[in-house]
Amino acid sequence: MSVARRLVGFNLFTACVLGVGGWYAGWFSAHAVVGPSLDYFADVDFNELSLVLGYIGGVLGFLIGLGFFNYPLARLRGYPPSLREKEQGGIGRYFSLCTDHKVVGIQYLVGIGLFFFIGGLNAMLIRTELLRPDHQVWPAGTYLTIVGIHGTMMMGMMTSGILGPFANYLIPILIGARRMAFPRIEALTFWLLMAAGVILETTIFFGGFPTGWTGYQPLGTEANPGIDCYYLFFALVGISMTLLGLNMIATIVTMRAPGLTWSRLPIFVWGVLSTAALMVLAAPVLIATLSMALMDRVVQTNFFVAAQGGSAYLYENLFWVFGHPEVYVLALPGFAIVLEILPVFARKPLWGYRLAVGGLLGVTLLSFFVWQHHLFFSGINADLRPFFMLSTELISIPTGLTFLCGMMTLWRGQIRYSVPMLFCLAWFFNFLIGGLSGVFLSDTPSDTTTHGSFFSMAHFHYTIMGGLVFTFFAGIYYWVPKMTGFQLNERLGKIHFWTMFVFFNLTFFPLFIAGFQGGMPRRVVTYPHGLQFLNDWVSVSAFLLGGSMLLFLYNFVKSLVFDRIPSPADPWGSKSIEWQLPSPVPVQNFDRIPVFSSDPYGYGEGGRPVVVPAGAPAGMN
Amino acid sequence: MATPAPKRAEHGKRVIVGGIVLSVVATVLVAVFGGRFLPPGNGSVQASGQVLDNTVMLAIVTPVIAGLLVFFIYVLSQFRHRGGALVDGPPLRDDSRVRVWWIVVTSVTVLFLAGFGTFELLQNGSGGGQGPDPIAVPAGTKLPVQVIAQQWQFTYRYPTYGGLETPQLVLPANTYIELHVTSLDAIHSFWAIELGVKADANPGVDNVAFVKTKGPRTFHVRCAELCGLWHGYMFNNGRVVPEAQFTAWVKSQQSDFAPIAKYLPKYSTTYYPDPQRRAG
Repeated sequence: MSVARRLVGFNLFTACVLGVGGWYAGWFSAHAVVGPSLDYFADVDFNELSLVLGYIGGVLGFLIGLGFFNYPLARLRGYPPSLREKEQGGIGRYFSLCTDHKVVGIQYLVGIGLFFFIGGLNAMLIRTELLRPDHQVWPAGTYLTIVGIHGTMMMGMMTSGILGPFANYLIPILIGARRMAFPRIEALTFWLLMAAGVILETTIFFGGFPTGWTGYQPLGTEANPGIDCYYLFFALVGISMTLLGLNMIATIVTMRAPGLTWSRLPIFVWGVLSTAALMVLAAPVLIATLSMALMDRVVQTNFFVAAQGGSAYLYENLFWVFGHPEVYVLALPGFAIVLEILPVFARKPLWGYRLAVGGLLGVTLLSFFVWQHHLFFSGINADLRPFFMLSTELISIPTGLTFLCGMMTLWRGQIRYSVPMLFCLAWFFNFLIGGLSGVFLSDTPSDTTTHGSFFSMAHFHYTIMGGLVFTFFAGIYYWVPKMTGFQLNERLGKIHFWTMFVFFNLTFFPLFIAGFQGGMPRRVVTYPHGLQFLNDWVSVSAFLLGGSMLLFLYNFVKSLVFDRIPSPADPWGSKSIEWQLPSPVPVQNFDRIPVFSSDPYGYGEGGRPVVVPAGAPAGMN
Repeated sequence: MATPAPKRAEHGKRVIVGGIVLSVVATVLVAVFGGRFLPPGNGSVQASGQVLDNTVMLAIVTPVIAGLLVFFIYVLSQFRHRGGALVDGPPLRDDSRVRVWWIVVTSVTVLFLAGFGTFELLQNGSGGGQGPDPIAVPAGTKLPVQVIAQQWQFTYRYPTYGGLETPQLVLPANTYIELHVTSLDAIHSFWAIELGVKADANPGVDNVAFVKTKGPRTFHVRCAELCGLWHGYMFNNGRVVPEAQFTAWVKSQQSDFAPIAKYLPKYSTTYYPDPQRRAG
């Protein structure tokens, strides 16, 4: 009985029930009210407005069920403000609206991990199809849907891959605060993302979508209703990103502890700040673009319909105005994690702090001025191609600064090869190949061959998987002992690293050759017979890469659920403040707010870690 | 006990000398032999230009890879922590010489690459689609050929031969071709792989690309932009043939397609919205 009683109330279970209820409410209301009154539904057998309203109703029901409207409604009815929701308590916190930033961080880690796993499974399905040159495993439409879900899931979910789990968990601690600036919005970003992920998966009930993760028009306008799931997914991700970014900026700017000047901020905080700036400026463009595309479908507007005065170029431009900053949303947190972890394992201060910050900010700024390199041969603005070639190549200067700072931090250090360090070192290798292959893509004459081919596909897997996912795992191995209080098995971790590193490279390096020499375009269900050996090689490596991820999952569950070996407070000998707190970190983080007198990189300088003051809990701050 | 640790200057000297030696060897190899293996080959003037471009870039990328490889192998083997207790390294936080050299070298490299790429691009457009108002227009007479993409095939029209429309792409050798790429439905991309041509096909847009053919050969055409269900099957082959053979081929096509010629829409740079409302 107690289980049943626990399910009643504002939690994930109620949210799912109300979500499904809201979906049907939206669906039926659109059918009942709107359907008969508009002529154009007479011509089609599917009322798309009802599908969209269904999803909007579903999301609203989901949020009501989680209790996101309780607080605003209580305030409207005149109740005094309260600061916290469900911060104390056991496992139930993780399945409900919780305003403790540490709970949200762990929710993000598990939630994003789940969708990352689904996206990865889609990659396995793609590689299964490409084992043979002729199409046979999946029907062509199913194959395109799998490709679309893989790309969209990874690009959408992993935008918050590092900011979600690690920034939410660590930013308040690193800046000496007890919470984020907007704790409820913080929780909202997570639950919106989860609702979005489910919506994207349901596209398979409505015919899937054939457009890949870019959703180009006019293909999007003529596609199955399944593409509405894509638009809604990405728009919700956009909302989540915007709110997450705003929250991070507000927190970092206003809530730093005494003494924590801009030049003493950990470089990870700078990385989060630059990423948040990208999110806040770029994601609203995405929300607007996809809303327009959705309206083109369901209420017959013509933003992107060329025959009615719209423009498909408009969609391409708007999408990439968002899309290129988006890929730096994916890459920058990786830079920051690498620069944050290297000093700990090289036992040296971060070299060139200002250069590193300048590098991060430089990439942030430049990434808004490169978007048309995705459209070199689309037939717009041919005279702007030299400019976009230059601006794209200029990005390698701030990126190079990140490399320089990392390399000089290693120079003459006392390097320990712990698992997080191995992942960071792999980042140098992967991002070097990813970045240098990007030079070929940025050069317009060379792009004639590489554009839209497997070469560009290999390029962005090297930068995003090699850059983001490797540092994501570095963050997991580095910070999860702090987040959970339990060690991760070092030996299994090393096996995971080496299998992942080797099979990652064996998977993606041959794809450069397939695209460059073999002329294999992206997203094709079939390819010339001569490329079968390369593709089989890639598929087998990809399956082994997937196996390496299963090994990680095994390690994660075994270490945290079964072995449960307590982790010391500071297993890595770091001087950063999060390691001076007990593991896991107590609910209010600090008894008293700490005072900072240096940056956390005082290795070899006699610099001591920031002392966390003990004392009576300071209450609600 | 191992040999005593080398002094500070020696570390730097070793890495720099090792990096330079490996870079010089590797770069010379790439510069001399790279062109033979790099795409898109020798199929057209534009393709050869791109091979030069690719060779130059690979020759610039090679020393970067070689230098970093030497650096990391040296650093990761030489500066590893041995023994139990944690030892701190020297607290180096900045070095103005390193900083200035790095910024100067990366900036010069990047500016050179952008300059060289722009120079190559503006010579003849490098086979890329330039939209309706091309900026890099090669001099001389050109044979206009229209590429019409639709889901999921390419058809070709020859406006100077009475608007002949055919499913085959045949081009005369050693001739400048002016390709007009357009689409009837979704966005496609016309990619003639061995000719080094890529131009997106947009409905309602005339996307112009230039290519100068060389000797007779065959080449592959693929769609390089996701265009829906059968995107993977949107490919065919084209041929470059001697001038006389081309004229004969045009004649045979004209007589083959004579019965349907009168049903074709008049030649136009774009066909969108489709004047004959063909299935889209």
